[in-house]
Amino acid sequence: MLRPLHPVAPGTRTVLGIAFFVLFVAFWAWITLGGHVNRIFLADPLSMLKDGWRLLTEDRFWLDILITIWRVFGGFVLASIVAVPIGIAMGAWKPVEAFLEPFVSFARYLPASAFIPLLILWAGIGELEKLLVIFVGSVFQIILIIAVKVGATRRDLVEAAYTLGATDNGIVKRVIMPANAPEIAETLRLVLGWAWTYVIVAELIGSSSGIGYMIINSQSRLATGQIIFGIIVIGLIGLLSDFAFKALNRWLYPWSLA
Amino acid sequence: MSKLLIEGVSRTFAGVRGGEPVRALRPVELSVSANDFITILGPSGCGKSTLLRIVAGLEAPSTGRVLLDGKAVTRPGPDRGMVFQSYTLFPWLTVAENIGFGLREQGRPERERNEIVASYVDLVGLRGFENHWPKQLSGGMQQRTAIARALANDPAILLLDEPFGALDNQTRGLMQELLLGIWERRKKTVLFVTHDIEEAIFMASRVIVMSARPGRIKSDVPVDLPHPRHYTLKTSPEFSALKAQLTEDIRIEAMRTAQEQSA
Repeated sequence: MLRPLHPVAPGTRTVLGIAFFVLFVAFWAWITLGGHVNRIFLADPLSMLKDGWRLLTEDRFWLDILITIWRVFGGFVLASIVAVPIGIAMGAWKPVEAFLEPFVSFARYLPASAFIPLLILWAGIGELEKLLVIFVGSVFQIILIIAVKVGATRRDLVEAAYTLGATDNGIVKRVIMPANAPEIAETLRLVLGWAWTYVIVAELIGSSSGIGYMIINSQSRLATGQIIFGIIVIGLIGLLSDFAFKALNRWLYPWSLA
Repeated sequence: MSKLLIEGVSRTFAGVRGGEPVRALRPVELSVSANDFITILGPSGCGKSTLLRIVAGLEAPSTGRVLLDGKAVTRPGPDRGMVFQSYTLFPWLTVAENIGFGLREQGRPERERNEIVASYVDLVGLRGFENHWPKQLSGGMQQRTAIARALANDPAILLLDEPFGALDNQTRGLMQELLLGIWERRKKTVLFVTHDIEEAIFMASRVIVMSARPGRIKSDVPVDLPHPRHYTLKTSPEFSALKAQLTEDIRIEAMRTAQEQSA
């Protein structure tokens, strides 16, 4: 019986979660190995694994993986260094918010991918351009989300701190910042996920290395097995970095756990 | 000379969407002597919390002024410790760090801070919990920490805004005795807001009864029950007589509030 909102046993949850993966791969195997789709357009799971193995052992694909990871983290760290202080300032001081919020809200809707031609003109097709794509894609998002979270700081905590003799400066440093640190870290985790999308787009255009480059290169050779392998690798790295980020947050902010 | 002087303090809130401005507090005059334990008793929404927040400096009065030791209150400060009804411990600090927060803000050296914190941890009976996070504490323990945190600054006056309002009855009784015990030993000027009649009498050397909104002081009742007070006092005839008198006072005001709301 399916009762609304009724919790599911942990064991059942795991089984159900794995079951979908199994069904998904089984369906994929059935339509490809069973000859229901043209193999030119979709590789079967076995040749995908074979292609992947060849990529890693013969084509030095792991170098592409490393360069992509470096680009994501480089661009993301740059964006964070700029965005976190601005976001906190906007949340804490309303005149700063009034000054920057309209522009940031507008800039947030500028698609990072549309900047690629411009960024190539400015920065060439080297590493700087890749970092800038991720930077442009992430920085406004981080600023805006953090500004909103910081603006929603519990007022009673701020008032309590004032009655304990905190100065305005002390409120920002020792109430607003620690109170929002876990939320800020959560925001960064979320935006890091989006940065993975931007990096691939950046690598699809004017690039000679990286996972995205391998994918676009494979397209011209109809190597769909390689394309799928590349996509799965991105998914796995994303998942891993997400786990690592979560673990880091739990370790940094044990007080915020429910 | 009085410790705290409230002179013609009133508060009017601007009307919402062009509506009539709302008067929360009619001009209040109150003089509090040093080491008095004053409870402010009134029905919900009578402006008693507003009055307390004005004394704390968290809100500005529309008219009048508040003088503490002869100095006008303009903003919040460490000379007026405050305990709130909601749990306002800083969740990222341990119990000890919460208690030491005010001392740290004032730049007191760490060693001195640790000594003071340890003494207040003992005072509120939280030894062994110094390194707990607030979320690991019960409501009663959180409020004990909040009291210690406010007292650690050694404020000239302690302000409490229904501090035990969210606690269950048993815990509440224990907390009343704890706070009263501290006051009996350490002598402090206290302003304690509550809507609980028994609590108001049990804690107070003077009960200020407030009228329904817009609030004003309706009566000023001295409580000459002996100290140290024990919970059994609550069943004594003197206590019951006071309770009967104040119950009548408050009932009239509560009914007035109810009528206004239905009108």
